[in-house]
Amino acid sequence: MKILVCISHVPDTTAKINFTNGDAEFDTNGVQFVINPNDEFGLTRAIIFKEQQGASVTVVNVGGTDAEATLRKALAIGADEAIRVNANPTDGFFVAKQLAEVVKNGGYDLVIAGKESLDYNGGMVPGMLAAMLNFDFVNSCLKLEVNGTEAKAVREIDGGKETLSAKLPLVVGGQKGLVEEKDLRIPNMRGIMMARQKALTVLEPTGADSKTKAVKFEKPAPKSAVKMISPDNLDELVNLLHNEAKVI
Amino acid sequence: MSILIYAEQAEGKFKKTAFELASYAKKIAGETGTTVTAVTINANDVSALGQYGVDKVLNVKNDKLATFNAKAYADAIKQAAQKEGAKIVVLSSTTDSLYLAPLVAVGLEAGYASNVVAAPISLSPFQVKRNAFSNKAFNITEINTDVKVIAIGKNSFGLVESNGAATVEEFNPTLNDADFSVKVESSEKVTGKVTIADADVVVSGGRGLKGPENWHLIEDLAAAFGAATACSKPVSDLGWRPHSEHVGQTGKPVASNLYVAVGISGAIQHIAGINSSKVKVVINADADAPFFKVADYGIVGDAFEILPKLTEKIKAFKAQNS
Repeated sequence: MKILVCISHVPDTTAKINFTNGDAEFDTNGVQFVINPNDEFGLTRAIIFKEQQGASVTVVNVGGTDAEATLRKALAIGADEAIRVNANPTDGFFVAKQLAEVVKNGGYDLVIAGKESLDYNGGMVPGMLAAMLNFDFVNSCLKLEVNGTEAKAVREIDGGKETLSAKLPLVVGGQKGLVEEKDLRIPNMRGIMMARQKALTVLEPTGADSKTKAVKFEKPAPKSAVKMISPDNLDELVNLLHNEAKVI
Repeated sequence: MSILIYAEQAEGKFKKTAFELASYAKKIAGETGTTVTAVTINANDVSALGQYGVDKVLNVKNDKLATFNAKAYADAIKQAAQKEGAKIVVLSSTTDSLYLAPLVAVGLEAGYASNVVAAPISLSPFQVKRNAFSNKAFNITEINTDVKVIAIGKNSFGLVESNGAATVEEFNPTLNDADFSVKVESSEKVTGKVTIADADVVVSGGRGLKGPENWHLIEDLAAAFGAATACSKPVSDLGWRPHSEHVGQTGKPVASNLYVAVGISGAIQHIAGINSSKVKVVINADADAPFFKVADYGIVGDAFEILPKLTEKIKAFKAQNS
């Protein structure tokens, strides 16, 4: 089985979010970048497939040279090779187009991408990629097993979960649950050393126009100070929720 | 510039989000002098949609669509948009709609923006405000295609009644066998309980509850409010509550009208998940808990004493105001 894991290079979950250039760009100053958490679950799932039933695992990112550290981390965790499509990821459609080209040329059976990245939160790449490739698609995937060309997946639904069967080739939009958090792999020294020897291929992008444009960013307006209420005066809370906040 | 909404149902009834989409689309239709069409799948009674501004309903009746199937549903929505010549297609942010929307966008060669939090800033160029960076910022996104697909966040626009009546037309999209390659084998759904996705009020507990044996305190308060229950990441990691209740950056986002956090200190990842909620109440024994910095109302005290009392107060309030 040939597995492609799509890796977004995103600010660490605790990063302070600021903007620059007239609020048109994310300010990367002092920000640590990591593998998008939803992708990290998918990467570990792919490595477990490799260990348990044999598979090759390629990781891919659409981005600049700064993303290579993140790809190297994925290699250190256990991916076999990495691909960077050398382009500014302008929108989800553009990224999906680049990834579709990689999938077509690489003949992958299973593509795992996080259901959304923690920067733009678009949640569009896995679905768009599946639609462009006309592959089966499972989104918000919590569990995944593959037997030959048959896949069994569990996906989140509002208020529960659903078990699905699908066929390879398959695109999965994954999330926490694909593996237990305690099973996430951390690069060790041997993995880091081996990662240096693994291939990181840089591809030039295929021609595709973006369909959307991030015009500018805004931060939420500062909120007013919290109103503290005595635990002995809960009637005041009920009153405020009803008359002031108007939420009950 | 006609507008199409996908009106989603649960257990035979339209979700509240369907009415919110209709209200949203009606506002744009009012500004552009056009009409709102809703596409529904196997709906029995569609009359309620007219009350929120829908002019016409395309009702798809097809037994093959009795259970949700992303490819087939997306195909139906795409064909409805093409039939109506819709330039804007609006979906909600339910798990199913977010599954569908990228497929619809590719099918229509449309630009797509999700997590939209307000009416469009501008119709030409078409610009919308959306959540980004896990609700820590907003992004103004411009869609440059002739047809636009947007998914709007829950409670981001509200309901606006317009007391109209919609005409109803049966619609039979062409579906391919290949659409049904992904098959539902089984599903487990909580019934008779408010889910986080649908809830206007969410009551959430953290490690301050000390153990799963105390969760009835959260459930009792939630029942009094008619709320869904949720939890912090450590609580789901400890196995006190299922992951489906974990709220935060890698868990579920919550965009409720009221979020009550009990015994949750307020890690940045948790705050990111609830930032879209309108009003936040924090109950914590630690007066220095960071959650108080983002709360609207705060109580410093012992949750084990406060929760039973607050539950009784809410019950009494509901009894008086029902």
